[in-house]
Formats: sequence, C-alpha cells, structure tokens
Amino acid sequence: MTDTAQMAAASSARPAVQIIAARLKRRHAAERRFRRTGLAAVVVSLGFLAILLFTILGNGLSAFSQTYVRLDVTLDAETLGIGDQRSADALASANYQGVVKEALYKRFPSVQGRVEKRELAGLVSSGADTDLRRLLAADPGAVGTTHTLWLVADDNVDMAMKGYISRKPGADGNRLSDRQLGWLAELEAEGAVVKRFNSILFSSGDSREPEQAGLWGAVVGSIYSLAITLLVSFPLGVATAVYLEEFAPKNRWTHLIEVNINNLAAVPSVVFGLLGLAVFLNFFGMPRSAPLVGGLVLALICLPTIIIAGRAALKAVPPSIREAATGLGASRLQVVTDHVLPLAMPGILTGTILGMAHALGETAPLLMIGMVAFIVDIPASPLDPSAVLPVQVYLWADSPERAFVERTSAAIIVLLVFLAVMNLGAIWLRKKFEHRW
Amino acid sequence: MLRKTLTVAAIAVAATTVAGAAQARDQLRIVGSSTVYPFTTAVAEQFGKTGKFKTPVVESTGTGGGMKLFCAGIGPEHPDLTNASRRIKSSEVEMCAKNGVADIVEMKVGYDGIVLANSKKGKVITITREQVYLALAKDIVQGGKLVPNPYTTWNQVDPSLPSTKIEVLGPPPTSGTRDSFAEMVMEGGCKKNAALTGLKLDEKAHAKACMTVREDGAYVEAGENDNLIVQKLDANPNAFGVFGYSFLDQNSDKIQGSLIDGVAPSFETVASGKYPVSRPLFVYAKKAHVGQIPGVKEFLAEYTSEKAWGKSGYLGDKGLIPMVDAERKDWAAKINGLENLKM
Repeated sequence: MTDTAQMAAASSARPAVQIIAARLKRRHAAERRFRRTGLAAVVVSLGFLAILLFTILGNGLSAFSQTYVRLDVTLDAETLGIGDQRSADALASANYQGVVKEALYKRFPSVQGRVEKRELAGLVSSGADTDLRRLLAADPGAVGTTHTLWLVADDNVDMAMKGYISRKPGADGNRLSDRQLGWLAELEAEGAVVKRFNSILFSSGDSREPEQAGLWGAVVGSIYSLAITLLVSFPLGVATAVYLEEFAPKNRWTHLIEVNINNLAAVPSVVFGLLGLAVFLNFFGMPRSAPLVGGLVLALICLPTIIIAGRAALKAVPPSIREAATGLGASRLQVVTDHVLPLAMPGILTGTILGMAHALGETAPLLMIGMVAFIVDIPASPLDPSAVLPVQVYLWADSPERAFVERTSAAIIVLLVFLAVMNLGAIWLRKKFEHRW
Repeated sequence: MLRKTLTVAAIAVAATTVAGAAQARDQLRIVGSSTVYPFTTAVAEQFGKTGKFKTPVVESTGTGGGMKLFCAGIGPEHPDLTNASRRIKSSEVEMCAKNGVADIVEMKVGYDGIVLANSKKGKVITITREQVYLALAKDIVQGGKLVPNPYTTWNQVDPSLPSTKIEVLGPPPTSGTRDSFAEMVMEGGCKKNAALTGLKLDEKAHAKACMTVREDGAYVEAGENDNLIVQKLDANPNAFGVFGYSFLDQNSDKIQGSLIDGVAPSFETVASGKYPVSRPLFVYAKKAHVGQIPGVKEFLAEYTSEKAWGKSGYLGDKGLIPMVDAERKDWAAKINGLENLKM
C-alpha cells in the first residue's frame, strides 16, 4: 500500500491508478476465463456421461422385461416319450419340447403342414422346456395332468412385442412370418401374451438363445474373482506399503523398488494376462477359465495402485502421532499397527476400491487365461470355469441375434450398478474409519 | 482383528491353490475360431441340457490361436476340440504330431457365406467379384501399370453400379472374415481382371496387388464386431458392409445382400455352392481324449445329429449353412467312426 501511495505522490496519480486498475481487470478477466474453461470442461464431461447413460438405459431397460405366452400344457406320458417310467433319469431326458409343441398345435388346430407347424413352434422359446423339467422333477406325479403355464416366448416374438421389429404383415425380410404375426395378434387379443420382469436374466448362466441367457454366472464369477483379488492384493499391498514407508531404510535399493512399483502401475493389463498364463497355468498347472486364476491376475494389476495409495495415506499421518506413541514407550510395530495404520486406513481403502473397480472392468488379461468363453453352468467354487461381467458384455455384443443388443446394454447396466455398490461401500468404510485431528 | 483377517486370507488362498493343482477334468474344453463359436456353443448348450454331461466350455480364440492350444499336447490341461474357419494346415498337423497329438478327427460342420450388404433403404446391387476388386484394391492397373486406385464412386468402376461414393465397412486384417474376403472376393476377382493378369507379375507381387485393400478411406475398418457394422449400415444407406451370412440372416428386415456374380446370398445358394463367396467350417477333435475326458464321442454325435446340423436343425437357425444330404451322411459316418484326418 505504501509503495502505491509513494508512487502516487511521486508522479502524477492518474496513470498509476489506471495501470493498476487495468492490471486488476486483466487478472480478474484471466480468472473468469479460467473458471469458465473449468466449468465448460465439467459440463462437457457431464454431457458425455449423460449421453452414455441415456443410450445404455435407452437400449438396455427393455431387456429387464421378457415376453411370456400362456398355454395349456398337457404332460402326456406318451408325448413325453417316457411310457410308465417315472425315474429321475427318464424324466430328465423326456421330450418336453414335444409337449410344448403339442400344446401349441392344440391351441391352433387349423395349423397343418410341416412348414406351418415349424413356424408355430417358433413362437415359443426352444428353452421353454426348462420350467416343465423343473415342474416334473419336483412332482413326478404330475404326468398326465394339464397345467396352464406361462412359457418364455421366442426372442423374435419378444423383439416384436417390444417394437424392435415390425409387426406389420407383409414387411419384406421380417424375422416373423405373416402367419406368426397373426397367431401372435390372436394370442395377444385374449390376453395370453404378457411382458413380465425378466428373472431369467438374473438367475441363469449364458445361453445362445437370447431369451434364455442370463448374467448370474458372470455375476458369481465376478464376485469370486474380486474376492480372490481382494484377499491377495490387500494384505500384500498394505504390507508392502507399510514396510516401504515405515521400516525400510531409504537407500538406492528401496528407491529402485519404488520406481518399479510406479512403473508397474502403467503396464498394459494384457501383459499381466500373459504373465498369468505362463506362471499360474503353465507352471502351477491351475485350471483354465477359473475365477481363482482370474482373481490372481487381477490382484497383480491392483497391487501397484494399492501400494501407491497406501504409501500416500501413510505419509499423510502426522509425525506427531508416531512421536507421541514412541514417547509413551510403544515399539515400532505397535506404533504402526495401533496408531499409524488405523489412521491411514481410509486412504488405503480408497486406493483399494479404485484398484478393484479397475479390476472389475478388465477383459484383456482374462482372454489369455481362458475366461473369455461360453460358460453355461453357474460356478459353484472359484475353481469352476466362469466368465465375468465385462466378458459377458463383450460376448453378447458380438452375437448376431437382435435380442442380444438390448441384453448387452442390460449387462452394462448391471456392471455399472455393481461398480456403484462397490464405490458406495468404499465411501461408507471411509466415513467409518475417518479420524480428524 | 487385522491379523485374524490376514491369517484367514492366507489359509483360504493356500487351500484353493492346492485344490486347483490336483483337479482332474470332467468337462469338455473347446477353443478356436470366433466364426464357428456361435454354432459350437449352440451344440454345447444342447449337449449340456440332456443332463448326462456338464456343458462344455467354449473359448473364442481365433482359428490360429485355437490350433496352437489344441496342438500343445495330450492331457486334461489341453483342450479336446478346436473350431476352425478353414482347414487345418499341414504345418499345424506337424506341430500337433510333434507334441504327441497324432490322431485327429476332422469334422466339417457346414458352410458360412460372406456377404456384401447394404441398408434396405438403398437399392440391391448386382456386382461381380472383379468389380469389387476394382473398387477396393489399393492399386489397380491402368495404362499398363499399377496406379493408386482412382475410383471414388461405384459407377466409375462400372456404369451399371450406382453413382454413390465407394464406402465399404468391413473387418480389420486380424479377422478371419477379412482373410476369407480377401481370398475369395479380392483374389477371385483379380484373376478375372485381364489388365492385371496381362502384367505377368511374379507370384508374390501378384498376390499383393490382388489382396491389398485400399487405405484412402473407401474401405473403413469397422472393428471385429459385425453387429456394429449392421447398425452403421442402417444409419447410412449409401454404405456397404462385409460380414458373415448369419448377420444378414438375423437382420434381414434391415439389410439386404448384394448379388455377387449374379447370385444372391441365401441358405440354398450358399449350401449348393452357387454363391461364390462361401467357406467350409471345421471342428477338430483329439482322438486320444476319447475315453479319457467324458463326452468327446457323444459331443461329436450331437454335432452330427440331424436335429443339429440337418436341413432344419437348430444350427440352421443360428445361420450355419448345412452341407447337402449325401455329404452330411458321408461326414457323419466318418466322424462317428472316429476316422483319422487325411491331408
């Protein structure tokens, strides 16, 4: 202030004031520009996020419902081809599709001829027999009785009901013939066609029939893989971070290790896949496609992130805490386990969740260890072959059937929800462990 | 608390690792071509549904990658079958034999057509392979020497073609579909190109001139995902796309196949071989695993059953084009008799 006053006194007052005012104006303008650029960047990224969510939700929400057709199905022993047998084996391999077809022929008795009958049978999913199989497995005495059942419709019928393919008869190249569209309209008129929540999507494994394809196998696979990843990478990562930060001497070797860990964080993930193939599969002879191996490979990918975040969190604990604990007679191990580590835990957990979220979305390293595969059975342990969510997205996106387009987006929605739940968990844990000083 | 968690974690990891190493296999493992993948997975699913065997695991590794894994050796750690969108090469048979995989059963499963298609909003075109070659080759012959492809619109290639810009969306060079397209359409077309054959280039230069696709934007590499190409065609009625027949079959309300050498791609024309751009698809099985891994023979029987690969079988619904009756019968007998591969 005094400088300005002296300058003002020394020379004519107006130019100096003007210079300062002009400079102030420029500085304010620069700040406004900077703020506006920042705001624009935020708006643009939010816009892209909105477009992404909008297209995925727009494409995928319809996959959460599925068309069902009501039919009176007679579980005739003759059509089932089981005669007098009621053993579990005979019931398992009985001709359920025949029963479903008979029910359709009975509903539309006017249908004659091979081609027409084939078209009629095409209204109901070829996998609709699973319900029947389950029904008879639970109650073998039901043979011979008639049941009114809601059967899963074929994917083409489902697509037509959802408006993805035209229902106008006479359209050239339609996946549904005019006859099929007529039958569908007839069934719909009597209320025998409804859309219901698609529970198959959340209860079964992969399938080549879109209407029978589910995500549950991939969800379970992802849970197993991430559990293994957490079990391996968290203790290892925290131990490494604690040792390097609290115990290791600061010399050339630890410096070299530090540089290497930072580099590892930037290595493309497919390289870790190759490493996993060479070490876990070829050397240790672990099974291909298993979430165990997937989890171990993903753990390698997460480790650098956890170590780096862990070290930063440990560094942020004020030295006064360590000094006070040491002053009161605590050993170095006690200082770390009783004071430093609990205080650093929120930061370590954030790093861990970031690493895990990264691992959840990986497919490239899993390609190498055989997890990009068609797997129908739901894995019962981390040793059973299994896919994971992003792999399922990739496989469905590559399938020719139209109905897989919406299911791909549905799988992405489930993946995003999975991610959101993980992040919420991280926030909750951080809040729980947070200390202020 | 922390110590307890760490101990539990360590024990869990150790236990699962040991169990993993000691595990034998009760489930078929199949690797190989992504073109055959939709068909083999459909068979695998049906095979698993009967309940006698676990559903086989099918990986999509590409034909070459599949052969490498398949030929790596005998034993539960190696796959039992491999899918191939071309016949096994003699070098691959040698590699197999070197690793102890001597007896291989060859199964021809049917055909796959490659189509040049556009949106239904545009017109169906009739094009010859020579014209496709002229429109898409990097260098073509004009005035007795190779020059960079000067054509920008289809009607410059031939007046019968539309006056729209040449814009073809197709798979990148890493794809098997692209290999087959280059081999059957581009090479097939350039053989008929008198200007090029008149140059009398040596074999290597000739192949290069035939199969190199232009890079000036007329051919757009649209990625391995054929669905994406279909969606892009729907949005741009002037563009053409190159992909497998099954995608045309599944999206026939949106896109139409061009007539190549006067023949439209359809179930019948591909099966009879009239449509010029079709290729056979194969599955190879390891004979040494029959009886060792449960289900190899039964899986082959399911694949070769009429309800699967027959004329109205479920593989047809997935877009596979079956062989004609006599050929199918012939192959089924050979396969179920576990006859050895003869090159």
